Amino acid sequence: MSASILELDLRALSGALAAREVSSREATAAALERIRATDGQVGAFLRVTAEQARAAAAAADERAARGARLSPLDGVPLAVKDIFLTEGVETTAGSRILEGYLPPYDAAVVERLRAAGAVLLGKLNMDEFAMGSSNENSAYGPCRNPWDLARTPGGSSGGSAAALAARQAWGTLGTDTGGSIREPAAFCGVVGLKPTYGRVSRYGVIAFASSLDQPGPLARTVADTALLLQAVAGHDERDMTSSARPVDDYLAGLEGGARGLRIGVPREWLAGGLDAGVEVRVREALRRYERMGATLVEVSLPHSRYGIAAYYLIAPAEASSNLARYDGVRFGLRAPARGLREMYQQTRARGFGAEPKRRIMLGTYALSAGYYDAYYLRAQKVRTLVRRDFDEAFTRCDVVAGPVAPTVAFRLGEKVEDPLQMYLADVFTITANLAALPGLSVPCGLHPEQGLPVGLQLVGRPFDEATLLRAARALEREQGPLPPPPGVA
Amino acid sequence: MAVSDHDVVLGLEVHAQLLTRSKIFCGCSTAFGAEPNAHVCPVCLGLPGVLPSLNRRVVEMAVRTGLALGCSVRPRSVWARKNYFYPDLPKGYQISQYELPICEGGGLDITVGGAEKRVRLTRIHMEEDAGKNVHGLAADGSSGVDLNRAGVPLLEIVSEPDLRSVDEAVEYLKELRRLLVWLGVNDGNLEEGSFRCDANVSVKPRGAEKLGQRCEIKNMNSFRFLRQAVDYEVRRQVEIVEAGGRVEQETRLFDPDRGETRAMRSKEDAHDYRYFPEPDLPPVRVEEAFVEEQRRALPELPQARERRYVRELSLPAADAALLTAERQVADYFEEVLARHGRTPEAAKRAANWMNGEVARLANESGLAPPSWKLRPEGLAELLGLVAAGTVGGPGAKQALEEAFRTGAAPAAVVQEKGLAQVSDQGAIEAAVDAVLARSPGEVERYRAGNKKLMGFFVGQVMKEMKGKGNPAVVNALLQKRLEG
Repeated sequence: MSASILELDLRALSGALAAREVSSREATAAALERIRATDGQVGAFLRVTAEQARAAAAAADERAARGARLSPLDGVPLAVKDIFLTEGVETTAGSRILEGYLPPYDAAVVERLRAAGAVLLGKLNMDEFAMGSSNENSAYGPCRNPWDLARTPGGSSGGSAAALAARQAWGTLGTDTGGSIREPAAFCGVVGLKPTYGRVSRYGVIAFASSLDQPGPLARTVADTALLLQAVAGHDERDMTSSARPVDDYLAGLEGGARGLRIGVPREWLAGGLDAGVEVRVREALRRYERMGATLVEVSLPHSRYGIAAYYLIAPAEASSNLARYDGVRFGLRAPARGLREMYQQTRARGFGAEPKRRIMLGTYALSAGYYDAYYLRAQKVRTLVRRDFDEAFTRCDVVAGPVAPTVAFRLGEKVEDPLQMYLADVFTITANLAALPGLSVPCGLHPEQGLPVGLQLVGRPFDEATLLRAARALEREQGPLPPPPGVA
Repeated sequence: MAVSDHDVVLGLEVHAQLLTRSKIFCGCSTAFGAEPNAHVCPVCLGLPGVLPSLNRRVVEMAVRTGLALGCSVRPRSVWARKNYFYPDLPKGYQISQYELPICEGGGLDITVGGAEKRVRLTRIHMEEDAGKNVHGLAADGSSGVDLNRAGVPLLEIVSEPDLRSVDEAVEYLKELRRLLVWLGVNDGNLEEGSFRCDANVSVKPRGAEKLGQRCEIKNMNSFRFLRQAVDYEVRRQVEIVEAGGRVEQETRLFDPDRGETRAMRSKEDAHDYRYFPEPDLPPVRVEEAFVEEQRRALPELPQARERRYVRELSLPAADAALLTAERQVADYFEEVLARHGRTPEAAKRAANWMNGEVARLANESGLAPPSWKLRPEGLAELLGLVAAGTVGGPGAKQALEEAFRTGAAPAAVVQEKGLAQVSDQGAIEAAVDAVLARSPGEVERYRAGNKKLMGFFVGQVMKEMKGKGNPAVVNALLQKRLEG
């Protein structure tokens, strides 16, 4: 039974739980066993909260027995990136500086998942402070791609994508600052959605770059992704950047198909620098859309070429400030030292890995007196221009489609020595963050030579996640599921 | 050359804690004096994952203050992060405003040595207070951090360098303090640090156009210390200039024990605060209608009230100033006037009693006007008795004390204690005659020209009448008998 439970997608499991064909305890036990059996190879989890999960499952079963299920997620085993605070459960953001840190409260989205009755299996591996595109910047060891254990799952939400591909959980949450949900989703052959900035509360999410960070769901299917988004989206008065707009019903129009949909194809996104096999699959997906009755429209995002440059000023600038609180005074690591200055220096020198240090330095420099106008302010102007490009494109199309990443999952160690190459992995995803728009990654087949998943990226109008999900679902239905990942048995 | 050969140029930056119940970005209490770290939560502790959530009362108070100071209120102002490391600053940055503050311009009138001048304001912005480092508490000599104050809302009110003497600086600060307390936005407590001031001080040769290099002086938590610090700093700078040196731009700390300022950090050590717009908070939008609503809700301001008392009630300037030092006293006085009358005579009588006996009793009791048992109608009643001659000065004082202590109606006290004065011609005549009869020597000397003895006779008659004789009638009768 347990193997077949693992093959169910989230919605199917939810249905089985509702029909009491399976219990949450069985599902949870199956997931915990699967984690035990596979995570030594995969490394998706930094922490498994087995006991809490079993207790939550028992409670969910008790509710189901009373006919009082809280939501479609009631009793469904999920896991969250270690950037989400969980009360009393160690939360590190993949950093040594937070080793052993026990938060006194739950992140808003964790609260929402618990309120929905979800079972939380544990905390997922990630690049330190979400800085990275391969999960290799985790202070607790890398995560591996279940499609090929020699390759990265992508990052920074590497654990969130790998856990799904390895069938360790039915849904996960990640965060996306420059592509950190979409790129790992593409690399691991799952669905990942970065919602519109402000759609999901950031309260209780360890901040990397506040104006870009956005939590979002990852799942094996589009419908599962929609279900998860439904559970976590919505206004939160503790996050003043969260939107008060009503949340759409993401499942209602999900099967609406692609007929009549105008799909914008940015000419800059297929203009080169793209792996040939990735391009083949992306173009194939676009043709599928046409066959389904959608119209392809060529659009232009001329300023997206400045996206990486602008991003690597804005994100480090904000990070340099957000990471100032890790000073050894109130929580987390405190290095022994003779005086205050030395305590700061030693704590931060030992606590932060190379990538946060690099970005703190970049950001500090970009914000320095005399450089602010030339760097940070100018980057913000680029941001406005990038958004205008999209606004212009959306006068002629409903969604913009293109690749998620220039390549499929790369090998561990392949780019660690070259941060710039690593940064370029985000070239197509970063613009949605800069423009605060929703972006989704949906599998569009396997690379013709390498046999690894390729993701199609869809970017939508602000708060129009429903259209993204409908479009993604149409493709998913048309092309059928990917084969199971061969990396883990 | 000497200090007197130099112009002093001063600008003040005031940090005023706002009297909100909760902190600016979380629900923690702003109460002063609790156990260290009793009023903290994840937000004001700057724990991972927290976000600020703006207390709208802060904006309201900032707008109200700005309007009272004649500032223009920005329809859109922007929060900024001021980045620096210090243990009392939990997030490693202070949320403040930088390029686009909530209020700009405006000014405050001050009067020094009879001359009135307007001190222009540069800006007013909102920000969060930091906590406090606490030294010498732990047995092992380590220092602690108390974050009760972290996140208490502040207004920073920055003046232009329009002040030309320490007297002007002190007057400006007093006037500003009176206004903020009057508006109910600040408690004006310098000692507890809820009203703090930094001074930018420079000197230049008398009449010179070009401003000298300025130093910023911190840590002056009383008007006296402001005076001492600025006096010291001016002397120090003049000495440097006189000796042919140059004043270095630096931040200096006032040491109240030694009465001098000390270099804290030089320009080279100055922080680069790396200001940038706070991404966690949307810009503050202030609608025109909101501004108008706040404007309409403004009370009559202390200076306007003070001027009106001089103009309409013909009160001496000193009386008007005393009556308007605090809004509660001024409002009490208004209620007394409403019952006792607004003629110059009635107003003067009310002012004298308010600033005299009532102020003395209030001081002794330590109570603020709303807690006084003597209500304005009671004081008006007593003033009415005084005006009518029903009760004399000593009797009225006695009645006032009783009424202030117990809240009894003054008229009833006068009645019960027999404090009414005797104006009856016959009774006073009898007393006068008795006194004159037993003092033939004094009468003779008086008539011989020793007019000072009148005081003796009045005293004797009053004694004869147990203090209740109407002094006017007693005087008149004595005059008549002695001169006639």
